[in-house]
Amino acid sequence: MGNQKQMLLDRIRAYEFSAIELNLYLDSHPGDQRALNDFNVFVRQIAALKNEYERLYGPLINFGFGPSGHPWQWINDPWPWEYN
Amino acid sequence: MWLYEKKLEYPVRIKRPDPRMASSVISQYGGPDGELAASLRYLSQRYHMPIPEAKAMLNDIGTEELAHFEMVGTMVHQLMEGASIEQIKAAGMGSWYADHDRAIWPATGTGVPFTAAYFASKGDPIADMTENMAAEQKARATYENLLDLADDPDVIDPLRWLREREIVHFQRFGEILNKLHEHKDRKKCF
Repeated sequence: MGNQKQMLLDRIRAYEFSAIELNLYLDSHPGDQRALNDFNVFVRQIAALKNEYERLYGPLINFGFGPSGHPWQWINDPWPWEYN
Repeated sequence: MWLYEKKLEYPVRIKRPDPRMASSVISQYGGPDGELAASLRYLSQRYHMPIPEAKAMLNDIGTEELAHFEMVGTMVHQLMEGASIEQIKAAGMGSWYADHDRAIWPATGTGVPFTAAYFASKGDPIADMTENMAAEQKARATYENLLDLADDPDVIDPLRWLREREIVHFQRFGEILNKLHEHKDRKKCF
């Protein structure tokens, strides 16, 4: 897999991990305004990176949550378990 | 409804086949304290939770566990892929090979198949949340045992990351348990 694609995916992964952590924290601390502000910052960063990724490499998420070029890019290798 | 995101939650890039390690790691795929049991436990229990925080936490951690299930499956796949018959025999994986070749299947390394008997869904929110905290500690202990057995940095890195997730989930479930007690006490006042 191209280095560029890997780097973009690693950035998405890092931001999304921060969002996962804040999401779980907010589930038990729904009134924490500072955590919520951080969460919303990550949401915007993830959306921007996801758009960039999908423009270059096709859908990151299936079932209509990302556009595909022709031919249908969702089936393209590698799959996540194949990053060897 | 679930969507699939075509990436791992944390990268797994194992270059060296090691069927001996695969036979230990597979337990976190389909074993008693594994990620599949964790996910099904939380996703089953969420239906009877009385407060919004508990429903959300079980839904979201149950979902994250599916991502860990995928990471563990990926680890076993990469540990088995490219392993020679000689390596598989030397690792004591001959019986696994006879039934599954190098395939992934939810079981322990000795071939005990996955069962729903590994987890409970009692219907009592406090009993269930207490079980969940114990489950996270048992999974942490299993990852520490696996770390004792591992020698490849490519295997150690994702195992350490997965171990840390158990600690975070334990913390979050503890917070929910407190809220469930508060909820129960509030109900008694009326």
